Amino acid sequence: MPTVAAFITVDLPALVLAICACLACGLTGNFLVLRRQALVGDAMSHVVLPGIVVAWLVAGTIDSLAMMAGGLLAALLATGLIAAVRHLARLEAGAAMGVVFTAMFAIGVVLIERSAARDVHLDTTHALMGALELALWLGPTGWGDALAAKNLAALPREVVTLAAVALTTAALVALFFKELRLTTFDTGLATALGYRPRLVGGAVMAWTAIVAVAAFDAVGSILPIAMFICPAATARMLTDRLGRQIWASAAIAVLAAAGGYFAAAFAPLWTGGTASLNAAGMIAVVAGAMQVAAMLFAPRHGALARALARRRPVAAG
Amino acid sequence: MTPPPVTIVDSERPAPWAIAPDVPLALRGLTVAYRATPALWNVDWDAPAGAMSAIVGPNGAGKSTLLKSVLGLVPTLAGEVRVFGAPLAKARGDVAYVPQRNAVDWDFPASALDVVAMGLYGRIGWCRPVRRRHREAARARLAEVGMADLADRQIGELSGGQQQRVFIARALAQQARLVMLDEPFAGVDAATEHALVTVLRGLAATGVAVVAVHHDLATLADTFDHALLLNVRRIAAGPVSEVLTEEALQRAYGGRLAPTQLRALARAV
Repeated sequence: MPTVAAFITVDLPALVLAICACLACGLTGNFLVLRRQALVGDAMSHVVLPGIVVAWLVAGTIDSLAMMAGGLLAALLATGLIAAVRHLARLEAGAAMGVVFTAMFAIGVVLIERSAARDVHLDTTHALMGALELALWLGPTGWGDALAAKNLAALPREVVTLAAVALTTAALVALFFKELRLTTFDTGLATALGYRPRLVGGAVMAWTAIVAVAAFDAVGSILPIAMFICPAATARMLTDRLGRQIWASAAIAVLAAAGGYFAAAFAPLWTGGTASLNAAGMIAVVAGAMQVAAMLFAPRHGALARALARRRPVAAG
Repeated sequence: MTPPPVTIVDSERPAPWAIAPDVPLALRGLTVAYRATPALWNVDWDAPAGAMSAIVGPNGAGKSTLLKSVLGLVPTLAGEVRVFGAPLAKARGDVAYVPQRNAVDWDFPASALDVVAMGLYGRIGWCRPVRRRHREAARARLAEVGMADLADRQIGELSGGQQQRVFIARALAQQARLVMLDEPFAGVDAATEHALVTVLRGLAATGVAVVAVHHDLATLADTFDHALLLNVRRIAAGPVSEVLTEEALQRAYGGRLAPTQLRALARAV
């Protein structure tokens, strides 16, 4: 095990980043999955890459605000392009999204390769896996002085950004729970009651883009794709009520983040390996494993429970 | 886009633009098209209050389109929709809609009570939570349709008739004076249909205008007071017995009904 100081400097910021990224993606993902727009999370996670690279080329820094702006512009451009491809090529939404986001992600990769961006920490591995381990909290020497003002000020900026995004996501879901539920379930009634389903739908898309951009720097594009879908889909197996599903998805996101991070950071060392595994990749693996477990063993909707329910009347009769 | 050359002889055709404020639903020259195909052409109709009205006609006659255009879910090309004399935007609170069963996501994580409570959202308002008193009000509406015991059941686990009753309870919760249903009896058995009709009749008895898309001409006279016979254009409208004439049906269904079917229908009326 690492020393306390090493844990606080190396592992804690990475762990907090992972938890915040998973929480923001997982909460938002509930509405993507229920709106049958799971692919939007995938698309947004990819299209932000060229925006971020261009923002870096223009602004010359890897400042998170410039990146956020670049990523959002790319998401906006992608939304327009998807609509144009749907209209001009007469493709269904999924196919149009597939065309646009793969092309834009590829452009982003080419831009990275052809520009000097690879000299900073923007490279293709980073784009896929992120750089959780690069966030270091230099300052505190133990738990005692972690909350000192000078050490709080030394918190890595991406930790602050992502924590703010995660908390805002939770606040938005709480504040607009009723609106999200109604517009997701019944656009007709929502329109009739004056709830502007198109506005809410657009806001869900926009927020997905914001979360994807915020998460990208820390965890790349693989983890958000997994976390937009897995916690919500796993939680749906566990309950039939939207409120409980959202709480469960948050718990699953945090568990996957913490479990995946510790498995990546420490398990290889305990089992005789010499290096840590990539944390973002491991978290996605854990989230996938939880989904599989829920599909098999969930109390009512799992394969096992359903098989037993089918057998019961036969056994009784 | 040229309309088919049909002259409409119709004694009950309302005078254009004369819309009384107590008419629950008034259509004047309503025209809707999907791309270049007219779905509804120049339809005039007044739905009466305190009565059960059916919208009938062959497949593709524009029945569902009519409901959707009244709700503002599809754009109208021309004509006017008035709800209690007002444009829809000002009368949304007066209208409740029970969608076709296949238009609902039955896997959605919502209980019967959750769905009925949605009928109250218009009065709750943006960003305000659903409180206990709202849930109690929703539970009372469920009890009115005989569903009190199933309030906490996930909607996909209810039978077809129970699902329809949940949506009717939601319409009750909306306290709408005009309730529109898209094929409410599709895919439910006769006993369930009877139970649903009883609920809807009770609703009409309180003065609510019930308007339903209906496809079964054989049960039309038993269930409804008033009918609009539609085939893109208005073919006939009025009390069911006056609408179900051999000539009007032949015109609406374009000879697709056999003479024996027509005679059986005439006898049923």
